[in-house]
Amino acid sequence: MMELADLSANLLLVSFIAYLVATAFFGGAIKKASSETTYKKSRWGQIGITITVIGFISNLGYFITRWMASGHIPLSNMFEFTAAFGMMLVGAFILLFYLYRTPSLGLFALPIAIIMIAYASMFPKDITPLIPALQSHWLVIHVITTVIGEAILVISAVAGLVYLLKNVDLTKPSRERFWLEAVMIALVLVIGFVVSSTTFKLTGYEAHFTYIDKEDKPKDIEYNYPPLFGMNEYEAQTPEAMTPWIEMPAIVNAKTLTTFVWSVATGIVLYLLLRLSIRRPVATLLKPFAKKANSQLMDEIGYRAVLIGFPVFTLGALIFAMIWAHEAWSRFWGWDPKEVWALISWLFYAAFLHLRLSQGWEGKKSAWLAVIGFIIIMFNLIAVNLIIAGLHSYA
Amino acid sequence: MSKIKCKCGHENPFGTVLCEKCGRPLTEEAKQSEVVDMRYEGSARRSQTYKRSIIDKIWNFFSSVKIGVSIIIAVLATSAIGTLFPQKFYVPVQTPEDLLAYYERLYGFIGTLYYKLGFYDMYNSWWFKVLIGMLGTSIIIASVDRVFPLYKSLKRQRTKRHPSFMKRQRIYGEGTALTPDLSLEKAEEKLKEMKYNVKKEDGAVLAEKNRFSRWGPYVNHTGLIIFLFGILLRGIPGFYVDDTMWIREGELRSIPGAPDYYLKSNQFIMEMYTKEEADEVFGKALDRVGSIVKNYQTDVSLYKKKEDGLPGSTDMEFVKDYSIIVNKPLKFDGYNIFQMDYRLNELKSMKMKLIEKETGDSFGEFTIDLDDPKGVYELENGATVNLIGYYADYAGVENGEPVSKSPVPNNPAFIFDMRTPEKPQGEKSFVAIQQTLETEENAYQVKFVSADTRHISGLTIRKDKTLYILLLGGIIFMIGVIQGSYWNHRRIWVQKGNDGNLLVAAHTNKNWFSLKKELESVKDYAGLPKYVDRRDTDIESEQEEGEK
Amino acid sequence: MAKPDKKRSRLIFRGVVLLLLASAILFSIFSKDKVKVLEVGDKAPDFELVDTEGNVHRLSDFKGQGVFLNFWGTWCPPCKKEMPYIEDQYKAFSKKGVHVMSVNIAESKLKVDSFREQYGLTFPVVIDKTRDVRDLYNVVPLPTTFLIDKDGKIVKIIKQEMSEEEIISLMESVLPQ
Repeated sequence: MMELADLSANLLLVSFIAYLVATAFFGGAIKKASSETTYKKSRWGQIGITITVIGFISNLGYFITRWMASGHIPLSNMFEFTAAFGMMLVGAFILLFYLYRTPSLGLFALPIAIIMIAYASMFPKDITPLIPALQSHWLVIHVITTVIGEAILVISAVAGLVYLLKNVDLTKPSRERFWLEAVMIALVLVIGFVVSSTTFKLTGYEAHFTYIDKEDKPKDIEYNYPPLFGMNEYEAQTPEAMTPWIEMPAIVNAKTLTTFVWSVATGIVLYLLLRLSIRRPVATLLKPFAKKANSQLMDEIGYRAVLIGFPVFTLGALIFAMIWAHEAWSRFWGWDPKEVWALISWLFYAAFLHLRLSQGWEGKKSAWLAVIGFIIIMFNLIAVNLIIAGLHSYA
Repeated sequence: MSKIKCKCGHENPFGTVLCEKCGRPLTEEAKQSEVVDMRYEGSARRSQTYKRSIIDKIWNFFSSVKIGVSIIIAVLATSAIGTLFPQKFYVPVQTPEDLLAYYERLYGFIGTLYYKLGFYDMYNSWWFKVLIGMLGTSIIIASVDRVFPLYKSLKRQRTKRHPSFMKRQRIYGEGTALTPDLSLEKAEEKLKEMKYNVKKEDGAVLAEKNRFSRWGPYVNHTGLIIFLFGILLRGIPGFYVDDTMWIREGELRSIPGAPDYYLKSNQFIMEMYTKEEADEVFGKALDRVGSIVKNYQTDVSLYKKKEDGLPGSTDMEFVKDYSIIVNKPLKFDGYNIFQMDYRLNELKSMKMKLIEKETGDSFGEFTIDLDDPKGVYELENGATVNLIGYYADYAGVENGEPVSKSPVPNNPAFIFDMRTPEKPQGEKSFVAIQQTLETEENAYQVKFVSADTRHISGLTIRKDKTLYILLLGGIIFMIGVIQGSYWNHRRIWVQKGNDGNLLVAAHTNKNWFSLKKELESVKDYAGLPKYVDRRDTDIESEQEEGEK
Repeated sequence: MAKPDKKRSRLIFRGVVLLLLASAILFSIFSKDKVKVLEVGDKAPDFELVDTEGNVHRLSDFKGQGVFLNFWGTWCPPCKKEMPYIEDQYKAFSKKGVHVMSVNIAESKLKVDSFREQYGLTFPVVIDKTRDVRDLYNVVPLPTTFLIDKDGKIVKIIKQEMSEEEIISLMESVLPQ
């Protein structure tokens, strides 16, 4: 079993590298191509998709070997879920690539999948045994369907992003340029998290504290970052670690806050360095890569991705979720934050479809909506798990 | 309200944008537009026709998709507020004062505000229910208003359309053909091969595919309405049971909410993953977080009252044994019993011994069952201990009398009357945990030896007759949404124009990419004129760029 | 002409649909999604329980008489307070046809017996070992008292401690005459 677990980790690494290489090839495909029609047939694009497929197969290998090693589907904690999300995103991209054959999509979908897998790897990667609530075949059915649905919906945001990068005028300041740049900053912040987390992990930083939680119970906690913020009534157990600047009340998880502040600080530094070196919005760096994309096609892909993903998401995140919740928690719906945010995502995409179908919201409007949908899905994945505690916070 | 008569002679209802029959634009706006709006086929939405009484006004309000989307956004935004802090049912306190104190203590001023504005229980608030109700209303009215006109207009559409209709389609082409009739025939052949329904009329061809996907939205709306209706039914008594019970190991009790049924708990089990037993791949995780729970389980026996038995009678028959674990509720007669909670190690019985203080000699041990204590315990050598007072949850003395604050043996206390052959008149002593009180110095003492404990299972009892309705709603919704999203309604018109010209137009509600692929193959096969997608401005500029 | 008719019927259709939807919303607000609980005016459901001496008592044994049905526990202070008044009034009213049925919730025989002895209770005290009757009568707080008239109908439900005067007037309210 241990060999399988090791193999699994290596396969994930292989796919991670494959995605990086494939991204470069897609970039090359676009750089080399003079027009939409030529870059569809370009060799670089062909090589790119081949490497992507190889990476995806290796990624599936990671998933299956980890499943075999642990005896349960690897979708039971934050690392496993987020890594699977990245994998499914690549899967969804491959599906849409074969429908539309457009390298532009890959050039943006793969980096997002890469960031996602990197983000996942910052969480504990140990194989954990299943707690009683998760011991059900519905874990497989519900979570897999949900991840696939969400991944397809995220593709719509990727297409939207390409559309916006191509069509928003970045030479003059405008509201759209501002928000597009804001999306870029958000992505850089995630990279900031990965960079800072990796740095402290490599240096092996640890600081132990005891504290009093909100139910007045004493608890232990371990920081992997220099503790900027201390937990409620904390007492340091690692003498050489830094003293927190300030003690937080019991409802605030000071460890999460510390991680957050470090990530944001690192991200901002990265962004500023980038900005200073190029002396224009970061989005302009990406614009050339979006330029060759066909707007109409991106708009259509964005819409189709929602059409394909919405039913899958409904089935997984709402219907299967309700059936399982009824089996495990005795009620099919309990207004748990994760449930509510799944409903919010669903309502949002329902609004998207209505606006598109009967208000004619196409092009930029539709692209912006797709990007907002992505933000809502990510919020549900990250913030709801880490900040708003609920029944789903297993990680 | 007058009808609008089209030049082709067809009478259209007021509000129609495109003639139901020939497709001529009827409104000024439609006439001016380059690409006509094909939503609902340009048919008149019913609500647009009247704007008179208050009822019509309300109806029109809910018929609007704009309003519908606004309601969706309102539900979405308010739902989000409710996740800011935990809802009432996830909070460990119950009464209003405790709740207010809880939110204030943990979340300060915002918490107080959250409580005062009712967000702590917002999903049950009247305004949230009104919002959901408005959403339901909007779904019903907006659908009713659109589905019938759309149906009529698709049914009435003619094969031969007016050139002004063709010209205003997004995909349109016009050109001369050498042999128009042959082209038409070949087009028909190719379209049939691609599984289109082809209709011919007077030098015109209409090929249509997957019209049923147009009904998808209305089917899924029906599913949603059924779902909401199911939820509404839960308000009717008897449709929905939601109760909880605590049951001790060894206890037999009636199941609240499920009359005539009784449950006996035989055992509660909690298992952990341990480093020794669990698979070695879990080693690291167990090192990191300590122990992880593997299983919660209550072994129960289910009993049912005999048919003619009265409530309270002990005359019952055994139904079945079952192990309730998380994710595997006990199911019977429409009820489900779930493993939800537990409390460990409540006192069950206490073993005591009677000793002579001076020598420490024991008269033997006796065990007090805290559920069913006996009055007299006979010991060796003719000694007896009489239990003359038992206080399960001893909480001090009031008015010279020990009191128990509950029937639960949290802190048992006893008054013993100890009799031995030497002291037949007896000695009294009060014994509680860690303390013994005597009115005067006694020669004997009841001493605590050991205690037995038991676990308590927290179970939830549910019966929900609406589940099947909800499931039906869900299934219909899925059918509708799949029908509407995974298929698309495609139409291709080819017709002869004036002086040997051929006109081509095509429309789909989504996936233009595939439509164009299909049209392309028809064009190549039948020699149809070139067409353009008038939305796709990139193609031209890109082609120009490419040619440079 | 058919036209105004059509318009009127459409108006009626719309009015009815809107009314139905509005009442559905109101219903969802005011319904409490709970099981039916016993209320005043309902027929008191029959039951049988055993007293500490092993005698079986049924509610239907007292058909034609008024019944004072009291749920209690030995540990509950208000129950203790009202018990002597109930005993006194039981003596006064039992000849006139008002009976006392005293239901202890799932306590031990020893505990109930010593309580009876301490308070000198003469009316039958039954023990609801399985809490069946408590669930049947939806009793939550202790003490809870049901007054049942000679036709077996619930006349009053009291969910708190009672004074002696209250007990007298309550027993009078279910006199069989």
